[in-house]
Amino acid sequence: MTTDPSQVQLTADGRLKHFLTTEGLSRELLTEILDTADSFISTQERDVKKVPLLRGKTVVNLFFENSTRTRSTFELAAKRLSADILNLDIAKSATAKGETLMDTLWNLEAMYSDMFVVRHADSGAAHFIAEHVTPNVAIINAGDGRHAHPTQAMLDMLTIRRHQGSIEGKIVAIVGDILHSRVARSQIHALRTLGAAEVRVIGPGTLLPRDIEALGCKAYYRMEDGLKDCDVIIMLRLQKERMQNALLPSEGEFFKLYGLTEEKLTYAKPDAIVMHPGPINRGVEIESNVADGPQSVILNQVSYGIAVRMAVMAMAMSGQQQERNELAEQNSEQSDVHNNEPGQEEA
Amino acid sequence: MRYLHIENARLIDPSQNLDQVTDVYVAEGRIHAIGHKPATGGIEHSIDASGLLLVPGLIDLGAHLAEPGFTHKGSIASETRAACASGFTHVCALPDTKPVADSPAVIQLIQEKAAKAGFAKVLPLGALTQGLAGEQLASMFSLSEAGCVALSNARAPFKDSYVLRRVMEYAATYDIPVFLNPDDAALSDGGCMHEGPTATRLGLTGIPQTAETIALAQMLLLVEQTGVRAHISQISCARSVRMLAQAREQGIRVSADTPLANLIYTDEAVTGYNSQFNVQPPLRSESDRQALLAAVNAGELAISSNHRPHEVAAKKAPFADAEPGMSIFDGFLPLALRLVERGELELSALIRATSTLPAAVLGQNQSLSESNWFNAALIDPAAEQSFRRSTLLSKGRNSPVAGKTLKGAVNAVFIDGRKVFG
Repeated sequence: MTTDPSQVQLTADGRLKHFLTTEGLSRELLTEILDTADSFISTQERDVKKVPLLRGKTVVNLFFENSTRTRSTFELAAKRLSADILNLDIAKSATAKGETLMDTLWNLEAMYSDMFVVRHADSGAAHFIAEHVTPNVAIINAGDGRHAHPTQAMLDMLTIRRHQGSIEGKIVAIVGDILHSRVARSQIHALRTLGAAEVRVIGPGTLLPRDIEALGCKAYYRMEDGLKDCDVIIMLRLQKERMQNALLPSEGEFFKLYGLTEEKLTYAKPDAIVMHPGPINRGVEIESNVADGPQSVILNQVSYGIAVRMAVMAMAMSGQQQERNELAEQNSEQSDVHNNEPGQEEA
Repeated sequence: MRYLHIENARLIDPSQNLDQVTDVYVAEGRIHAIGHKPATGGIEHSIDASGLLLVPGLIDLGAHLAEPGFTHKGSIASETRAACASGFTHVCALPDTKPVADSPAVIQLIQEKAAKAGFAKVLPLGALTQGLAGEQLASMFSLSEAGCVALSNARAPFKDSYVLRRVMEYAATYDIPVFLNPDDAALSDGGCMHEGPTATRLGLTGIPQTAETIALAQMLLLVEQTGVRAHISQISCARSVRMLAQAREQGIRVSADTPLANLIYTDEAVTGYNSQFNVQPPLRSESDRQALLAAVNAGELAISSNHRPHEVAAKKAPFADAEPGMSIFDGFLPLALRLVERGELELSALIRATSTLPAAVLGQNQSLSESNWFNAALIDPAAEQSFRRSTLLSKGRNSPVAGKTLKGAVNAVFIDGRKVFG
C-alpha cells in the first residue's frame, strides 16, 4: 500500500524516528523540536558544548550532492551530541543506479551505523532509504531534490519564533525560485502547521510551480503586493543555471523585479525580519545593505542551525532506539514461533 | 463431426450487440453453431459454463514483452502466458526491444518465439524509424511484409515534424497502419509524473498535459494531410479525448486507446513515492480519468495494457530514477472488472474496448459468430484470485496486484478453437 511520507518517520506512538519532511507532522511535534532546540542553544553558549545524548552512536553524513555548510553544521551537531561521525561525499554519478545506492547503504548499515544524514538530488530519496533500504537506521533528510529540507525549515521556524516572538498569526513571504526550492516546500508546511496567518510565495510565473496554492499558500507576481504587511521575508538563493533553462532572462532583470532592496523592504511591516537560507548572492536576490542591515537575521539562522540539528538528531535517535528495543522484545517472545511467510508482500 | 460444447455461458459480444445465456458449439477451430445443437455430429467435450462469461478474445494494442534483449524482465513465453490469464488471445508487441524491431529478422525471431510458446498470439509492431532514433525511415514495407500488423515508434520521439510527415507519407503509400504515441519530448523532458499539485508537493518534475496535446494536434494535422491509417496509442488527458472527437467530426479517420492504469489510478497514487506508479504516459488527474472512462463507455476509446515487466531492482530506486512501467497482465482482468463493479465502466463497454475496437483497428474479425474462428475467453467474474509475487505468471515483479485478492478469473482461453490456457 502507498505510504504517506509523513507517517514513515514516526513510531507507532507518534514519536520521531526519522526526520524526512515537515509535512504531516503535528503542531505538538514541531513545537517539541523547537523547544528542544531552544534548550540546546543555551548549552551551545557554554565553554563545554558537548552533551552525551548520542554517546557511542555512529552517525554517517551521506552527501550525494555537495554542500559544505549543511554538512558541517550536521557534523558539529553530531559531535556536540558526543556521537562518532563519518563524512562521505559520494558524487551522484557514482551511484546513478538504485542498486549501487542500496549497496552503499547496506554496507554502511553492516558497519553498525545508527544514523544516516542524507542529501540527495532525487526528490523522495530520503523517504526511499527509510522505507525500503535501511529502516532500522535513523534517517535525517538533509535535502532531497526539490522535495524537502526539513532541518533548514525548522531552523527558520526557530529564527522566527525567537525574533518575532511566535509564528502564530504572522504573515510570511517567501521570495524567488520556489520551483526548485525544497526549502520553500518545507517552510510552507511548517508555517501552516505552526499557525502562520498567511504564507505567500512571490516570483515570476516560470519559478512558481503549478498548483503551488494547493499547498496552502498564496502566489504573488509583484513584490509590492506580496510584501504588504509582512512580518517575515524569506529570500531564496537563485541558481545561475536558471538563465540557461529559459526560466529567466537575466540576473539584472530578476534583481530589478524581486531583489530585496531597502526600498522594497518598506512595503513590509517596519519591524519585519529578513531571512535567507544561504549562501547569499549579493546583488542578485538581495542587496548588501539589506543583507547586513538591522532587519537581517541571516547569521542568527546559521547559529540556530546547529541547535535544531542537535534536536532532531537526538529525538530521532531516541524514537529509533525505542522501536529497536520493542522489536527486540517481540523477537525474543516469538523466537520459537515459525513463520513460513517469506515476508510481507508489497503492493 | 465432434463438437466442443460450451453450455449455458453468458455470451457477450458487443460487435453483434449480443448479451445472452446460450450454448456454443465449436469444431475444427471454428464456431459451428450458437444456441442450437448442429443437426449432425456428436459432442466430444462439454463445459458447464453456468455463471461464466464467454467473450471474444481480448486484443492488446500495446505491450512491452521484453524479448529480445531484456529477458531478465520478461520473455515472450512468460508475458503471453500472463496475458492469457486475463483473457487476451492477441498481443501487439511494441518494437522497443534490443535489438529494436526494425528489421524482418527481429520480427521473425519474435514470431518464432511466440509460436513456440503457444499462448496469446503475438502481433508484432515494427519500428517506424531505424533504431527508433526518429531520424531515418525503417524498412517499413519489408516489415509489413514480414508480418507486422502496424508500425510504431513506441514513445521514442521523432527528430522533428519533418520526419513525422515523411513517416506518415511513406506508410500511407503502402496503406500500412501506424500507431503513434503523442508526446512532445521537449515538454516532457525530465518529467516523471503528471504536472499538478501532487508533483508540486512531492518536488517531482511534472509532465504537463500539453506534452501530449501539442504532439496530438501535430499528429492529427499530419494524419489529415497524408491520409495515413493512424491509431493514437496510450492517451492520458481529457483534452486529448475532445481533440480526437473533433478530428473525427472533421472526417479524419483515427482511433485511439488508453492504458488501463490511467482508468484506475490518478497522480495521487504517487504520494509516498511508490515507484510502482512511475508509468508512461503518467497517471493524470481525476478529471482526466473520468473523461477517459466516459470515452470508453461511449465506445470511442479502446483500452490497452501498456504492460511493461521489470525486475525488482528496476523499481528499487528513488521515484524519478526507477524505470517506468507496470506489469499489469496478471491483474488486468480483475482490475478492469473492479471498475465494472464500481459502476464506472459498463461490462459491454469493457469488452468492446478490449476486443471489438482493437479488432477493428487491426482489421480483424474477432466476433463470436457462426463459421468464425473461435477466439474467446471464458471468465468467472465471481472467482477470487489471490496474487502473490511468487505465483505471478509475468516475470515482472512490478505488479499492482501483488499481495491483493481480487474478483474475476479466466477459466479458459481458446485460440482458433484450441484451448491454450486454463
